Amino acid sequence: MNTVYVLWLRQMKRISRSRFRLAASLSQPLLFLVAFGLGFGQIFQRAGQGSYIQFFAPGLIVMPIMFLGLFSGADMMWDRRFGFLKMTLVAPVSRLALLMGRTAGGATVSILGGLLLALATAIVGFRPAGLAASALGLAFMLLTACLFTAWGMALASAMEDFQAYQLFINYMAMPMFYLSGAFFPLNFVPKPLRILALFNPFAYAVDGMRASLGGAAAHFSITTDLGVLAGLSALFILLGARLFARIQV
Amino acid sequence: MIRVEHLVKQYGDVKAVSDISFTVAEAEIFAFLGPNGAGKTTTIKMLTTLLRPTAGRVEVDGLDVTAHPDEVRRRFGIVFQDSSTDDELSAYDNMDLHGRLYRMPRGPRAKRIEFLLNLFELWDRRRDSVKQFSGGMKRRLEIARSFLHTPKILFLDEPTLGLDPQTRNLLWSHVQKLNDMERITVFLTTHYMEEAERVAHRIGIIDHGRIVAQGTVSELKARTGTDSLERAFLALTGTTIREEAPAPQLGRIRRWRRRQ
Repeated sequence: MNTVYVLWLRQMKRISRSRFRLAASLSQPLLFLVAFGLGFGQIFQRAGQGSYIQFFAPGLIVMPIMFLGLFSGADMMWDRRFGFLKMTLVAPVSRLALLMGRTAGGATVSILGGLLLALATAIVGFRPAGLAASALGLAFMLLTACLFTAWGMALASAMEDFQAYQLFINYMAMPMFYLSGAFFPLNFVPKPLRILALFNPFAYAVDGMRASLGGAAAHFSITTDLGVLAGLSALFILLGARLFARIQV
Repeated sequence: MIRVEHLVKQYGDVKAVSDISFTVAEAEIFAFLGPNGAGKTTTIKMLTTLLRPTAGRVEVDGLDVTAHPDEVRRRFGIVFQDSSTDDELSAYDNMDLHGRLYRMPRGPRAKRIEFLLNLFELWDRRRDSVKQFSGGMKRRLEIARSFLHTPKILFLDEPTLGLDPQTRNLLWSHVQKLNDMERITVFLTTHYMEEAERVAHRIGIIDHGRIVAQGTVSELKARTGTDSLERAFLALTGTTIREEAPAPQLGRIRRWRRRQ
């Protein structure tokens, strides 16, 4: 437990010293919020679908959580290249605890990103359905953070090439985001897209967020969303632990 | 304090370390010398639990390294060949995190950090982030950090590479001082023969993965009939330049072979 805390503490110290990175990772969802939320919202409303901000904001809140989570593996690759990882591997602590500490740190940072974005959506008029809805939304943020941070860590443990990792994450995260139903209701899209969404972990995060915050009815169901996210989180944590245990420096 | 028996590390058909044996006594400063690619870093990695030996046995403070890695890890400090600080953090935070990782209680931790940062002349810069530090300052920080959890053994893998004579002089004086004060055993590698001659009580020379000689500086000089450690070293290891692949590349060869 001490090890988990120390590694988490380090991440908090790092992020407080490099706030710019966190801010930069929010620039894209903020742009989407302004361009689509305010620009595109009129058309959505005229089509009789109600407030687009209410519909769009929940997916947007989990967007930085996915990106920051996946990219938290980058810190580990950096540490591997520049030796800090080696320093922790010769310390009298378990590798599992090291990985859990890193994951906890990465997940906290990505949740922080999500909360900042939630604040931004509130400024332009998004309102969650109530206190219970917000609590459920927070649970979805937590699960999403766990899933994508663990995923990023597993990838970073398996890969040695930093550039390849970055490319890979981008090529994986972009389609996951655009096809998740964050922009449009999955109920009305052509069947192939709907089927694709079934295999898209991020679609469950968006769906769960939206349904719990009251943006729209669930496309899957809240329990399915919770189950898929929790199951995949567990899977990636186990996979990450195996891969991390094998790292040689 | 360190006992190495018939240690072997093999990557595919290549033996990076082949059947070496030596001992280092308590409170001794032992210099492990050898040309590039001779197997020094691979040996250090095996002594410090980072690499599993292919064969042979390593004992640190009476404990088998493969059987009790965590017990062994508590007992040594290490300065790696390349930097291992967190450049985003301050010097103090780097020390503090290290102390916490080794479960040092708050009071003694703060006291020892202050003592070591003062000793290595970094106390005034403790709040600056390490990325603003010069190469010499980073090295001083790493060496200070390696002493933090009062290890019984200190491994220094080419700690003075690329440093100016002033910094090198300061580093070795402090290492000698702490070796003397706290009876810390020191295992070091370096390419600067005059440094080894100055600080080491005993020398081991490795070449092509084998120990070619060990003893005190005067024993090695007498054995080779030379008047300096540098000449003795050249007499023992020859004057041809080595181009053996370092261990990480051997790792890649091994993976490539597995795929074949």
